[in-house]
Amino acid sequence: MSINHAIVADEVVKHFGEIKALDGVSIAAETGKVLGLLGPNGAGKTTLVRILTTLLKPDSGNLRVGGIDVLRHKQRVREIIGLAGQYAAVDEILTGRENLVMVGRLYHMSRRMAKQRAAELLDQFALSDAADRPVKTYSGGMRRRLDLAASMVARPNILFLDEPTTGLDARARIAMWATIRELVSDGATLLLTTQYLEEADELADRIVVIDHGRVIAEGTAEQLKANMAADFIDITVANPLQVAQASELLRPLSAEAPQTDDLRGHVVLSVESGVQSVAEVVRLLDGQDIPIAELNLRRPTLNDVFLSITGEAIVEEEAKPKRRRFGRRRSA
Amino acid sequence: MSQQTLNPTSAALVPKAGEAGLLKHLWWNFTDTYVVMKRNLMYFVREPQLLIFATVQPIMFLVLFTYVFGGVISFSTGGDYITYLMPGIVIQSIIFASSNTTVGLSLDLSRGMIDRFRSLPMSRAAVLAGRTAADTVRGFFTISIMLMAGYVIGFRFADWGTGLAGLLLAVAFGYAFTWISATIGLLVKDPEAAQVAGFIWLFPLTFASSIFVPTRTMPDWLRAFAENQPVSVVASTVRDLMTGTVNADEITTSLAWIIGIVVVFMPLAVRQYAKVASR
Repeated sequence: MSINHAIVADEVVKHFGEIKALDGVSIAAETGKVLGLLGPNGAGKTTLVRILTTLLKPDSGNLRVGGIDVLRHKQRVREIIGLAGQYAAVDEILTGRENLVMVGRLYHMSRRMAKQRAAELLDQFALSDAADRPVKTYSGGMRRRLDLAASMVARPNILFLDEPTTGLDARARIAMWATIRELVSDGATLLLTTQYLEEADELADRIVVIDHGRVIAEGTAEQLKANMAADFIDITVANPLQVAQASELLRPLSAEAPQTDDLRGHVVLSVESGVQSVAEVVRLLDGQDIPIAELNLRRPTLNDVFLSITGEAIVEEEAKPKRRRFGRRRSA
Repeated sequence: MSQQTLNPTSAALVPKAGEAGLLKHLWWNFTDTYVVMKRNLMYFVREPQLLIFATVQPIMFLVLFTYVFGGVISFSTGGDYITYLMPGIVIQSIIFASSNTTVGLSLDLSRGMIDRFRSLPMSRAAVLAGRTAADTVRGFFTISIMLMAGYVIGFRFADWGTGLAGLLLAVAFGYAFTWISATIGLLVKDPEAAQVAGFIWLFPLTFASSIFVPTRTMPDWLRAFAENQPVSVVASTVRDLMTGTVNADEITTSLAWIIGIVVVFMPLAVRQYAKVASR
């Protein structure tokens, strides 16, 4: 942990009542790089981001952002970071432009400077056409872009994005990835949390996997996959009743006990070398008259990584867009 | 997207607190509060129906009480009921307006706006100071309209000087109550609960008081409360001022309540704001 790390959290512990949200988490984001914090819902990602961005006090642990002690110099940290939280924290009654000018003014920019910066950002985030419309008329993707723009008002070199694409449709998500890539192309340090494996793979230079408030794995996407030293063979047998039989038959080929799914007829093998094993799989199943409906050879995904570390799969279904519980329109 | 998005000239863009003097900090406290207040006032400008309903309801109260109960009640008030009622309903309206602070803050919390503000290097007190100031401006607007409506149905200041002093006292009392409402809003957090929590405590305070009727006919135990609680104290001071009577003791007691409430609840709200974790 040196000056080469723009974001450092060391042994951070945080309880909420009885619940241990963070159980001694240590992470370090190299300056100018993207660190992906990957984990399922409730793993502690948001808690860690809130602690690093001065919004929450940890029970214990050391935190440095841009070399500044977060617990001792909150205001100084706030001057150098940008935060876009899980909710697009923009004001619905105000226009996009007014939102950005307000944030600029709260950074104590002059009125003129705040206006100029707002115009620049609206342009950069392709919001110029909607700049003078109230935000309540914006789409989900536009709100997120405005939220991101708001976090960029002071041109921070250290950015925290907490699940920036949760709740967005596939197209808006890919557009958001492009935006984020551009943001960091000039050398900003970014801590990005996500529950999408694909997203971490796509954007992050390094990935920290956390679950139940603990770091369970760390490395580049490639390292995490390489550690498994295995290929996967996904087999679907034509008759799901033969899954158990197939699984037993193929057990000697697999490094671990094959994963099976009786309903869908899936058998998944992890093997040393996929190419060599495929022929063997086909020969064995053929010999026992077990017809194959489908057979795929693939490199491990981050989901497999997660599965092999924790024994549980990351829920791959669309994460519930934890929408506000209240209507969109303000009533007061 | 331009290439200088993150160029290192950001130092020139944002003044650093560490390099600013005391005067600059005081000035920033002021401008931050102003910016937040302006933002909150935008809600009344952009959604005028909010303001219309906030004004229609007390006017309805005023008209209904005057014409439905007025005839009966004027026996015990010994005069025009509207003259008795108007100052009281001014107090009722301004403290009910203060309950908007509860709802507004809990909405800001649940929507992440408070997180946004707290992640900025802005004055810590400004979010609350701007909110309570805006809600006080709104309350002032509401009771001004009400006084005009009262004028139409026969209410008159006995003396404009003391009448306006009474109006100011009512606004100051409303301001004190916005700090209680702010504390509640930050404790409750959930916007739906805040809708109720924001004003339910105001009912006993407004009805077990001298706002609508004199306390004479109440049972002793209730009367003891009704005559000494701040709403009655301030309401009767405002009533005296609006009817041209200046009672220094009464005014001192009212100001003591107002200052006392602010002194207790402002730090409570600020402390709760500092430690609140919205999710």
